[in-house]
Amino acid sequence: MEKVIIIGSGPAGYTAAIYTARANLAPVLFEGAEPGGQLTTTSEVENFPGFAKGVRGPEMMAIFKEQAERFGTRVVAKAVTAVDFSGRSDQATAAGATRGLVTRSRIFEVFCEGELYESRAVIIATGASAKRLGLPNEKKLYGKGVSACATCDGFFFKDKVVAVVGGGDTAMEEANFLTKFAKRVYVVHRRAEFRASPIMLERARNNPKIEFIMNTVVEDILGVDEGRVTGVRLKNVGQGLVPGRGGAPASPADGRPFGSVAPADSAGRQGPALPSFQDDKRVLLCDGVFAAIGHEPNTKLFAGQLELDQKGYIVTRQGSTMTSIEGVFAAGDCADYKYRQAVVAAGAGCMAAIDAERWLEE
Amino acid sequence: MLMLTDQNFEKEVLNSKEPVLVDYWAPWCGPCKIMGPIVDELAQEYSGKAIKFGKMNVDENSIIPSKYGIMSIPTFIFFKDGKPLEQFMGVQKKEDLKRKIEGWLK
Repeated sequence: MEKVIIIGSGPAGYTAAIYTARANLAPVLFEGAEPGGQLTTTSEVENFPGFAKGVRGPEMMAIFKEQAERFGTRVVAKAVTAVDFSGRSDQATAAGATRGLVTRSRIFEVFCEGELYESRAVIIATGASAKRLGLPNEKKLYGKGVSACATCDGFFFKDKVVAVVGGGDTAMEEANFLTKFAKRVYVVHRRAEFRASPIMLERARNNPKIEFIMNTVVEDILGVDEGRVTGVRLKNVGQGLVPGRGGAPASPADGRPFGSVAPADSAGRQGPALPSFQDDKRVLLCDGVFAAIGHEPNTKLFAGQLELDQKGYIVTRQGSTMTSIEGVFAAGDCADYKYRQAVVAAGAGCMAAIDAERWLEE
Repeated sequence: MLMLTDQNFEKEVLNSKEPVLVDYWAPWCGPCKIMGPIVDELAQEYSGKAIKFGKMNVDENSIIPSKYGIMSIPTFIFFKDGKPLEQFMGVQKKEDLKRKIEGWLK
């Protein structure tokens, strides 16, 4: 019987591990299918306090792990496949249960590929995963130009043309990163405004290799017959397609055929003369497609057992990390649709550890 | 563990009597770092069995990776009798990889 099981190995999971280990709770941490979590697919982490010069995501997670193990965390390189939080009472406390002392005697069951682990408390830190576009051909071309990891795969797009779909920080980061390799990066965004932070957006706008296509969605990815991405089919969803640098919208009625040479922007820079659009057909010819359209929480395991909100995030009690079941706590992106930052996840992991420790003491 | 290059690939993989599982990786790829030790462990566990394990650094070798259309790493290709029989990519659980290997060895 464990005192506390931690599910997940991102900043939230490892911080919870550091704190529970130092509280002598001998935590067992399951790394899951993506050890280290989302940060292992980012390039440079520049906003985590304490790393003044920035740090590579995978390196930072290796440091987190080392720190958690230093205090006795048992890290298990497996993914949890099922949980049972229904709280069977063990025999020792069955007597207590008859006296109405049910809640504290619960035993939570965590299954790992058939193996059963039991615990008094569970901290969920399963994070979130990048959303796929959900297009008909996306899956068929996965690894053939469709990628979920710019830092892993950007290298394969040397001197090629790629499309990044999305308008948030991730999209800007990936677009900027990809310009190290690609000769041209198109950011395809469904709105006229960006969610991205000013510093990230500014960097992308100042990057001469990046071109913005606003008010536009990707309808499908082309190239199944060729066995590699050859382009994307675009659909205008706004007040006109706006190629350009994401500044003032160019008028769709300026007489230019779709995808022709973009007019020079306010800074006098000429847009690309690449024949990347085929007139009329609204196809953007490109070799790679990177989706950066947001995230979804990794909470399928808990559906039906814990209260989740409409988008699938775990609901925690106000001012606490306790979920709808006492003794089960949630921290990080699996319970945070709002901030989704490594430092916030780490903070929440610390909260969950302290909440679990106090709950176990009671 | 075979350290594969564009130069020795034909000899070590295509002309190999035993099937070979090749791990295509690069030092700057986070998920590859996760898979590296797993492949090392598998190579140990299957040493003496009728399968070989190899790694190819795509940063230092480009001919073979582009020949097999690799545009995403980590990618794994299972070669038998000089032909790529199965190709998959991304982080894999060790158990899943093992299950696949057991399937191939049957």
